[in-house]
Amino acid sequence: MTFYALTFALLGVGLYGLLAKRNMLKKVLGLVILEYAVNLLLVAVGYRAGRGAPILQPGEDPAAFVAGSVDPLPQVLVLTSIVIGLGATMLLMAMVLRLHQRYGTLDVDRMDRLKG
Amino acid sequence: MGAYLPLFVALPLLAGFACLLLKRAAPRAAPWLSVASMLGLLALAAVAVARRDAGVTFAGGWGVSGWGGNGGADDVVFVVGIALVLDGLSRLFLLLVALVGTASAVYALRYLEPEAGRPLFHVLFNLLVAGMNGALLAGDLFNLYVFVEVASIASYGLVAYRTGGTEIEAAFKYLVLGTLASTAILVGVTVLYAATGYLNMADLGVAIAGGAVPRLPLLFAAALFLFGFGTKTAAMPFHAWLPDAHPSAPAPISAMLSGLLIKTLGIYALARVFFVVVGADEQVRLILTLLGCLSMWGGVLLAQAQDDLKRILAYHSVSQMGYVLIAFGVGTWLGVAAGLFHAVNHALFKSALFLSSGSLERLTGTRRLSEMGGIFRRAPATSVGLVGACLSIAGIPPFNGFWSKLLILIALVSAGQPVVALLAAGAALMTLVTFVKVQRKAVFGALPARLANAREVPAAMYLPVLALVVLCLLSGLLWPLGVDGVIGAAASSLRAGAGERPAASEYIESVHGRGSR
Repeated sequence: MTFYALTFALLGVGLYGLLAKRNMLKKVLGLVILEYAVNLLLVAVGYRAGRGAPILQPGEDPAAFVAGSVDPLPQVLVLTSIVIGLGATMLLMAMVLRLHQRYGTLDVDRMDRLKG
Repeated sequence: MGAYLPLFVALPLLAGFACLLLKRAAPRAAPWLSVASMLGLLALAAVAVARRDAGVTFAGGWGVSGWGGNGGADDVVFVVGIALVLDGLSRLFLLLVALVGTASAVYALRYLEPEAGRPLFHVLFNLLVAGMNGALLAGDLFNLYVFVEVASIASYGLVAYRTGGTEIEAAFKYLVLGTLASTAILVGVTVLYAATGYLNMADLGVAIAGGAVPRLPLLFAAALFLFGFGTKTAAMPFHAWLPDAHPSAPAPISAMLSGLLIKTLGIYALARVFFVVVGADEQVRLILTLLGCLSMWGGVLLAQAQDDLKRILAYHSVSQMGYVLIAFGVGTWLGVAAGLFHAVNHALFKSALFLSSGSLERLTGTRRLSEMGGIFRRAPATSVGLVGACLSIAGIPPFNGFWSKLLILIALVSAGQPVVALLAAGAALMTLVTFVKVQRKAVFGALPARLANAREVPAAMYLPVLALVVLCLLSGLLWPLGVDGVIGAAASSLRAGAGERPAASEYIESVHGRGSR
């Protein structure tokens, strides 16, 4: 339970960085923290206390294997999620670079040319 | 049946990568590859709709043999793969993606001619379509999330395509909000998986209807999905990115984003997740109605203050999505059917409007309405297309916008929600006012002196618009036929008949009953 609480606290930290910070780099860091908090949550969901890695050995009894290993599915999901997160972060960093070249600042409030 | 489903994703993916590979050898091939892949998808979608195909296929299907058995082909216990599900709803949207995609790809042939040596546009365009088709076919929540991200990331790139300061700022804002929304969706998926052990939407729907998820986690997941997919729809409190992002993209992409993306990642996903998986009980429907009313009026009021044609169109996308949400809020078969019908119509006329805005920009050199005027004489074909699309969105009979708005009003009144119906009728009137103004300023009136030599755009730019307007007219005149066969089948997939059954039985049957083992 403590672990879940900490994961959600980390989610909150990421959300705060993403929404409240004016510096674009800090926003990106917030987003990365947010994504990793979700990945952590996924792994935690699949974890079963005291069980081993889900690798089926030749000749191992299937029932004993299922009873003795953690849930492998969330680990697979996390791999996909990490790749997606990497793509989004790279794109975001490329945009931050371009915006910094153009405006010479990282402060979002000082570059807002878009009218609502 | 259903063995061709992976093609809906594979074809645009292959076309996209071929654009990159041919960059050196045949730099001018990319636009034609896009057109070819869209025509291929159109043929596939037409076959699926005409044959009313439904069923499941497991992409990359891999037989799992019984443990302890000999492991041979005769020993397969079940098939593991990415479940792709085709039903009435996904058929309808696949056809819509192919139609609007074809129009946009043909339009891009000439619109992007100055940049023909840069295949990047077409790579992202095909990736966008692959992501949308994948999201429409995904049979489980996690793949829905993955394909939503594929389409979203392609769209972030396309919004920033012009690489000006404004465009990248708009894309930055869109990316931050879009990724936040996707993260919320992923947390929602995690919560449901933790509670049930399922990711398949049909299995989840049955489990949740059977009370497998306690009330608090279910509400939490529902709120996350509402925020996530609501942001992708650009429903009112979550709309802030759309009026910047959609106008920043090149015209064919604005048409794809406003015409398709907010529907496939937003409306379709909301419908699927709430009617099939989570269950659209009274509170959910009330929230959908509230979001819908807010979007409907907020979008139309904010549009009044704009002078930039593309921003006006973008705010009206927010407003028109509001109609779809209040129709879903009714929750009856008629309400869902009317909402889907309006989503289809909006895809047709809004993409026609955005493509027209690109032609107008090319003709007049501006997007400001106050600097346009009287182009009817100079560009009759573009003008006819724009006027037709304006009449459709304004809800003038016999164009399609009139019929779907009328059906929504009927659904609202017959479900005992006259106040919402009045609000919808009022917003429709405001829409009419805006688009009368757009026509008067852009098409009719006096021709400004500097536009005296404006020339009509190439045929490849006005023909797609005219084709979409003809579809608007056809969909307006022939809807009694279409509602039963196409729209009705889509609505039945979410809501069984006129009844009030909570689970979308037809969808679940098509996944469980007719799986392609």
